[in-house]
Parts: sequence; structure tokens; C-alpha cells
Amino acid sequence: MSEHPLPDPADTIAEMLHQPELESDAVRSESRRGVLIALPSWIYLTLFFAIPLLIVVVYSFATRSSTGLTRLTGWNIESYKRLFDPLVAEIAFRSIVLAVATTLICLAVSYPFAYYIATRTPKWRNLLIVLVLIPFWSNFLVRTYAWRIILGSDGPLAQITEWMGFEPVRLLFTNSAVLIGLVYGYLPFMVLPLYAALERMDWSLVEAARDLYADGWTAFRKVTWPLSRPGVIAGSILVFIPSLGAYVTPALLGGAKTTLLGDYIVSQFLAARNQPFGSALSVAVMVVMLGAVVVYFRSGAKNL
Amino acid sequence: MTDSVKLTGVTKRFGDVLAVDDLHLNVADGEFFSLLGPSGCGKTTTLRMIAGFEFPTSGSLTIRGQEMALNPPNERPVNTVFQSYALFPHMTIEENVGFGLRMKKVAPADIAQRVKRTLDMVQLSHRASASPSQLSGGQQQRVALARALVNEPQVLLLDEPLGALDLKLRQAMQLELKDLQQRVGITFIYVTHDQDEALTMSDRIGVMSDGKLLQVGGPQDIYEHPRSRFVADFIGEINLMPAVAVDRDSVKLLDGQVLMAPHDAPAGRSVTVAIRPERFTLFRPDAEIPSGRSSIAGKVIRRIYHGDVFLYDVDTAEGLLEVKEENRPNVEVFEIDSQVVVSWSPSAATVIED
Ligand SMILES: Nc1ncnc2c1ncn2[C@@H]1O[C@H](COP(=O)(O)OP(=O)(O)O)[C@@H](O)[C@H]1O
Ligand SMILES: [Mg+2]
Repeated sequence: MSEHPLPDPADTIAEMLHQPELESDAVRSESRRGVLIALPSWIYLTLFFAIPLLIVVVYSFATRSSTGLTRLTGWNIESYKRLFDPLVAEIAFRSIVLAVATTLICLAVSYPFAYYIATRTPKWRNLLIVLVLIPFWSNFLVRTYAWRIILGSDGPLAQITEWMGFEPVRLLFTNSAVLIGLVYGYLPFMVLPLYAALERMDWSLVEAARDLYADGWTAFRKVTWPLSRPGVIAGSILVFIPSLGAYVTPALLGGAKTTLLGDYIVSQFLAARNQPFGSALSVAVMVVMLGAVVVYFRSGAKNL
Repeated sequence: MTDSVKLTGVTKRFGDVLAVDDLHLNVADGEFFSLLGPSGCGKTTTLRMIAGFEFPTSGSLTIRGQEMALNPPNERPVNTVFQSYALFPHMTIEENVGFGLRMKKVAPADIAQRVKRTLDMVQLSHRASASPSQLSGGQQQRVALARALVNEPQVLLLDEPLGALDLKLRQAMQLELKDLQQRVGITFIYVTHDQDEALTMSDRIGVMSDGKLLQVGGPQDIYEHPRSRFVADFIGEINLMPAVAVDRDSVKLLDGQVLMAPHDAPAGRSVTVAIRPERFTLFRPDAEIPSGRSSIAGKVIRRIYHGDVFLYDVDTAEGLLEVKEENRPNVEVFEIDSQVVVSWSPSAATVIED
């Protein structure tokens, strides 16, 4: 045996492998740290989102006892079958129309406004954005009650229209009131993403379009609008979804005759004490919303 | 020659800022004209007024004899190549290049053909369906050029179009652009702060400073006969020597030496004599200076080897002079601290009346 034996090939290989080993250790500890940082949000989401969601899904397959309790036996899809009731379809249709109308009005109002803000000097921009956010400083419920006063039978709107010589306009407890309330409530959710998109706009692209013989309107259609689409999509989703499931606004401003999805679900849980059906409704609304979001994002991504 | 673009007394203010100050400029048809000046001197603003993105505060601007100062950009027979290229990110290269023709409602078949021809010209036909973000900086630059040229404008405006490219590519593009301009025969108005670029490419150069057009002339004229300290200084290195006008043909340096140098300053007026470093020649103190040349004695205090040239700083009675000597076998190289004579021919000196 020599004093310096040839190195064992297995050792050499182990040594060669050691370097990547070190590196993957580093990667692993890095990702461990990442998990640790995200831990609070994971706990929060699990406790307050995933578990309740699971409960809703489970309940939607359960049975309602004659006393209104939910029995977690005899799993069935009866609640889902009820979704095809004409009454449900009518309520869903009305809610969708309202949510679409809210989204379109918000878009029509917000786009010029966001455009205006985005084209100011930075100092003015910040001020105007703060103005958009000011309503959030007071409670949503309080602000909705304020609309009850404004739209009420002796409220400012009725008085002003009367003073102007018209029939006094009394909107409270109508669909118009709900629409006004929803547009008012969700407007900032449309303005902010639109502003974010327009603020990032490279205006030299618009100049390039003008330079290439586009008039102002055409330059907007061909350049500004398509490039602000991500903002339009984000804003529309942010307005459409809460509008579709809105409860507080219709409850405070809407009439008793016109039930919307939000009311209807709440009434299933409370008045009707039919938790399985309420859960099935909730799940259905969520699935539809999720589907809408996916379709919308897909179409947006393709056009960008 | 007809005037392609004519600016008469054009002034542009932004609030308190006087960006362009009483500018008079005629650019001839088919000319490669450069606006040269340091950053902030008003080049871009001038170009933007010609394009129609800004409107003059006062003055007149005609394109092909037609008053256009207040017309929107889409009504002007002018196209722009933007510094940032400003390619539409949501359109393919082809769609970008065809945009102007579509706006002009050219027949689709013609559009396809002209787009193809123009993309061929800038050697990018193979990327026609790529999106701008997939192209390199140099390629994007060529697309921007194609997008403007395909419209066959009467004037092409270019705002530092090569600014974002690295040196080698920039130099290649300079020649390519100049070549292209001669082939298509379109008037180019080219904005740059790079004097080399302006000298290389232009038929004429307008030097701007602080919103004013200081001097307009051919590259050689601007380089060799600057009419102001600013122009002399901005375009390359130059030696400035204080002097006093003697008569219309000569000036007197501080050391009493009288130089032959034609000028318009009245006798007794203090002037500046400007001489480029490469117009100086160094001699040994005992050498015989050819007759008719002016000269001044000094001492080499610094020598910088620059590959193709040696740069000397020579301390003289007229102050520190910079001398540029070619690095060639028959040109003598001087050591630091050696006594030398700086010599120049009368034609090398330009008199600046500041
Ligand atoms: N839109 C504007 N608003 C205010 N000042 C401007 C505007 N555009 C240019 N300026 C000012 O006008 C001057 C000239 O600018 P510019 O034409 O861009 O110069 P250059 O292109 O030569 O660098 C600068 O002082 C600049 O700050
Ligand atoms: Mg500029």
C-alpha cells in the first residue's frame, strides 16, 4: 500500500456534489425564510377565508331540518337544483344587470376623471387622488345613510327639483337609488386602477400616433385606450364583483319589491333559515364571478 | 433651392422659461440639417414646434411655403423619429410601420406593399410580425425610422435618434442614416448634442445655445470659422488667445506680436484669436520656421499619448496652448520640459469678436 492512496472515486463524486449541495442549502433556507415571513398571512387566510369557504361548500350539500337547523348527514345536491328556480334566475338576472350598469357607469365617469388626474403635474395628481380617497375616511354605512337623506322624499334632491319647477324627484327605495349608491360606493375602485394605468402611459406614443396622421380621437382609440386596458379590466372587476353581491346598499336604498342576490342570500341564512340553499347560492355566485374574472383576464392578456 | 422648412422670429415660452428665442432658420429641400447644442438649449422644443407638438408663442413657421405654426401634427407633411422610438407596444412591427398609411386611408394592398418595401430597406422584413419588445435597440431604432419614412414625408424630424445606442452601433448608424437620406432625398432635421455626429452627417449645422441660434453653416465652416466663443468651444477643442484688433487684416497678441487674420472688428477693439490644436505645429527652438507662419515659444508641460495623436500642453506667453500632433514616423515627439516653438499658418487663426 502506498502512503498516498488514490482517492476513492466515490469520495471525489461526493466532493463534486458538495458544492451544489451547499447552494441548494442556501436556496432552501432562503425559501424557509420566505415561508416564515408569509406565515401570518397564511394563518389569517386559512382562518378567515379558507375555513369559512369550506364550511359554506360543505353546508351547500347538507340538508335543512324541518326546524331550520342544518343536518350534516344525507349529503345531496337538492340546494343546487333549486338554483334553477325561475325566481332565482330572475333575481340573478336583475343583480347582473345592476352590476353591469354600475360597472359601465363607473367606467364612463372614472375614465375622463382618471385621464384628467393622470395628465396633471405630479403635485396636483397627488392632491386629486387624496380627494378620491377622502370618502373612505368615514364609514360606508354612514355614507349610505347620507344618500337616504339626499334621495329621501323631503331630501335635497326633491327640494331642488321642485324649486327648479319640476315634479319633485324622489328616488329613495327604487332601483335608481341602488344604482346611484353602488356607483357612488365603488367609484374609487374604478378610478384608482384607471389612474394607475394612465399615469404609466408613455405619452410620446400618443404624439407618435398624432405624428402619423391620427386625429385626437383616433389616437385615443388606437393607442391610449388599448394601452389603458389593464386598468379598465382591473377596475371593472373590482366594481363588478362587489356590485353583484352588494347587500348594504340595496338594503338601505332599495325597495322591498326588488330582491337582489345579496339580499336573497342573507334572507336564506336569516329569515328562511335555509343554510344549505344560502350556501349553494353563495358558491354559485363565487363560481360565476371566478369564471368571469378568468375569461376577462384571458381576453385582456390576448389583446395586449 | 426651395425652402422646406422656414422659421421666422419663432419664440417659445413655457411660463417663465424662454425655451426658444427669436429663431430664424431656413432649411432647404433635401438637406440634412442638424440642430446642435448642449442639453436644455431648446433643440427639442424647436423640433416639436416643427412637428406640431408645441405651438410657437410668436413667430411664423412655414413648411413648403405653407404657414403651419398652429396646425396639429396630423395635418403636417412631416414625420418624427422619437428619441425613445415610441413604437406602439401593442402592435407588431408591420402594424407599427403601416400605422401612418392606415390613418391616411391608403388602400390595404398598397399599405402591405409599401410596408414590405420599407422594412426591406431597413433590413427588418424577417421581423415583420415580431412585437417591438422582442427587438434590440438598434432594430427598434430602424423600425422607428421605417415607420416615419414609409409615409414619404417632405421633412423627417429626428430627435437624438441614436442617443440610446452604444458607440460602435451609433457610428455605423450615422453612416447608414446619411446614406439613407441621400437615397430617399427627404429633408432631414436632426437634433443632437454630439458634435461629432453633427459634423459627420450634416450638410449644414445650426448651433444653439440658450434658446438662440448662434451660427448656421456647413460642418467645415462651423468647425474652422466659429463666430463666437460658445461655438468655438462647443465644437471640439480650441485654443483661445486674447488680442486687440489692429486693422481689418491683423490683430496684436498680448506679447506684441502682430498676426495676419482677417476680421470685421474696429481697430482697438479687444478680440479673441481661436486656433484648433491640430492646426499648430511644434518645432525645436533652433529650427527654422517657414516664412509666413506665426510662432510663439514655450515649454512642454504635459504630453498625453492618444494612440493616433500626441496631445501637448505648452506653456507660452499667451497662456497654456493645447497642441495636437499626429503620431507618424516623420513627426518629432517632444519630451516634457523641452523648449519648443508653437507655430501656425495665418489661415489657421479665426478672430472672434465677442
Ligand atoms: N413642456 C415644458 N414645460 C416647461 N419647460 C419646458 C418644457 N419643455 C422644455 N422646457 C424647457 O425649455 C428649455 C429647452 O428645452 P429643450 O427644448 O428640451 O432642450 P434640448 O432639447 O436642447 O435639451 C429647457 O429649459 C426646458 O426645461
Ligand atoms: Mg432634447
